Amino acid sequence: MIRNILVGVLAVALIGTGYWGYQEHQEKNAVLINAENNYQRAFHDLSYQMDVLHDEIGNTLAMNSRNSLSPALTDVWRITSEAQLDVGQLPLTLMPFNKTEELLSDIGDFSYRTAVRDLEKEPLNDKEYKRLQSLYKESGEVQDELRKVQYLVIKNNLRWMDVETALANNDENADNTIVDGFKTVEKTVKGYSETSNLDPNFSSRQQKEDNFKNIKGKKISKQDAVAKARQYANMSGSPKARVEESGKGSEFGFYSVSLTDPKTKNEVNMDITKKGGYPIWYINTRDVNRSRIDLNTASNKALAFLKTNDFDSLDLYESAQYDNIGLFNFVTSVEGVRVYADSVKVKVALDDGSIIGFSADEFLKSHKIREIGKASVTMEQARAKINPNVKVMEERKALIENDLGEEVLCYEFLGTIGEDTYRIFINANTSQEEKVEKLKNSEPVYENIV
Amino acid sequence: MKVISSKSKRLLLFFFLSVCISLTYETSVHAFSGQVIQRGAVGDDVIELQARLQNIGYYNGKIDGVYGWGTYWALRNFQKDFGLPVDGLGGLKTRQKLVGASNFNGKWVHTQIAKGNQFTYYGGVPIEKQVKPRKRAAGGAKAQARQTARNNGGAKNGNRNRTAATAANVPGGYSQNDIQLMANAVYGEARGESYIGQVAIAAVILNRLESPSFPNSISGVIFEPRAFTAVADGQIWLTPNERAREAVIDAINGWDPTGNAQYYFNPDTATSPWIWTRPQIKKIGKHIFCK
Repeated sequence: MIRNILVGVLAVALIGTGYWGYQEHQEKNAVLINAENNYQRAFHDLSYQMDVLHDEIGNTLAMNSRNSLSPALTDVWRITSEAQLDVGQLPLTLMPFNKTEELLSDIGDFSYRTAVRDLEKEPLNDKEYKRLQSLYKESGEVQDELRKVQYLVIKNNLRWMDVETALANNDENADNTIVDGFKTVEKTVKGYSETSNLDPNFSSRQQKEDNFKNIKGKKISKQDAVAKARQYANMSGSPKARVEESGKGSEFGFYSVSLTDPKTKNEVNMDITKKGGYPIWYINTRDVNRSRIDLNTASNKALAFLKTNDFDSLDLYESAQYDNIGLFNFVTSVEGVRVYADSVKVKVALDDGSIIGFSADEFLKSHKIREIGKASVTMEQARAKINPNVKVMEERKALIENDLGEEVLCYEFLGTIGEDTYRIFINANTSQEEKVEKLKNSEPVYENIV
Repeated sequence: MKVISSKSKRLLLFFFLSVCISLTYETSVHAFSGQVIQRGAVGDDVIELQARLQNIGYYNGKIDGVYGWGTYWALRNFQKDFGLPVDGLGGLKTRQKLVGASNFNGKWVHTQIAKGNQFTYYGGVPIEKQVKPRKRAAGGAKAQARQTARNNGGAKNGNRNRTAATAANVPGGYSQNDIQLMANAVYGEARGESYIGQVAIAAVILNRLESPSFPNSISGVIFEPRAFTAVADGQIWLTPNERAREAVIDAINGWDPTGNAQYYFNPDTATSPWIWTRPQIKKIGKHIFCK
């Protein structure tokens, strides 16, 4: 009797477990299929976008009139951004696929610059036409390789989840068609990238990576770097210092100095350029207590700090309080013209007013002796170009970098429409509207609203 | 006689002093603290500034305790109309003029803010008519439960003082939710690292945002398949602490301890040999940062 009951109970338990296991299995499969489908969609979409992109660039080659060329180039720009989005959804991060992505970005840059230009006044020149031809060829090769991969994926029913595992297990011998296919695509693009970027007009991105070329001075030693850091940190006692040199991957040489107070364990970190010994950034890690001084006092302290460290002629441009920290953004001012690219940020602790952070990264990258040209348009003429709905509240001259990466002298107007504040830059020579941006309002804390 | 006179003098002095003290006490309760209010400031003084400016019709925005652009223009207009130097700073003279020209019922305003009500503070309209109580979600009990849950969450999040202002400064181009998402990623990836190590992770996310080889949105970069291990193993959904959030704000505001790195890895746990081929920039804590 007992045996029968036991058998019965065990049988039920077995069936129960089996059923539960089956359900779990079903669920796992459903999730896997879902993830797989997302990858598949992104991949096939990428392949499709490359098709469209290639065709569209091909069309522009045949066009001559501004009316058709500008919309076509705009379309190219839109497609590249969609293709980039698709690449971002594929699990290729740990695989060398950046060259292809850079190609997409190059096409996007080129098409945007040419599409926004007035092609009536300044049509495509020979160089640009050649560039367009080479982009057409390159995108064609990528399209071709991608199509091959796509064909194999469909024919052999290949799954992206296997790519995940292949990449994760890092199995060199594993024969994974997708991974190999993408490697071929990458190789194809790599063959071009060196030669086709020669035209300096289309290298805004590369230019930005060409860091700190404007700074001058002698190379400093490790000891000098430590001394410099001590001077900035202004720490009492005798902090322990550690210095490291930058690795080979860095575009410029710098020392990383860290000072630790043996008593309080406070740590100060700082990077200093080897050439000239300029401070790139500085952070003092410590807990900040309740605010005791106000933002205005803090901003004066920040300014005094910059003065003592030879950052002259800076204008306070933005200030903000984050809990017990005041953050200040300063920009260079040359003859009353603000140079927005030259920005220095200072972080002040509002408990005792000490400087706990400093960043001159952008300043060092862009600062140089500038000849600020004359404006051929008057302030009044520029103001007349502004949308009449904007109520202008403040105006000054400023040097900004426009969408094409050129530095241009502008009139800067701050104005309001209703409750919103806008910053409008009008070119001081062509009276073109270079930039219009809505300035950020404070954001509600949703905890209190929802 | 002599004794009495000195006593009376002392009494007089005492009386005089006590009046002085009570006077300063009075003003410090009903008007601003001594600070010069500058754009970007947050807190009670800003609430008072906004309420007073609204009271006399200069400020039409929300009284949220953050000195933003709207408050700035309102104060400048006030300064212009009242013959003060127009600098947008709430200095002593400006504050005195403002206190003289407007009314401020501090208790009422703070009560409305604490309750989360929508309200305005215009002069000439009974204040009771300027309040819209907060709409609660259907089912009082549910809202209550959520409220307590939130309170607990808030307590866990540390000692951030959120009672005064109902809004916060946010670096341009990013929303608080973006910052939260990044804080999650930073915390999941580097909660054992030093503060610099955390700023560095946030900086890498931002460097990827600018790079052509990566997606163009915060969420795109963070959730890119196989990009961050914390995303793959779900550690990104741990509740981040204040420090991670501070690190993110620092990175957004322009601190990049990595020297413009786009990749980083932990040499002890990295599985991909490819990552070793990237040119290395520097090491912070356990992570090596590369180009």
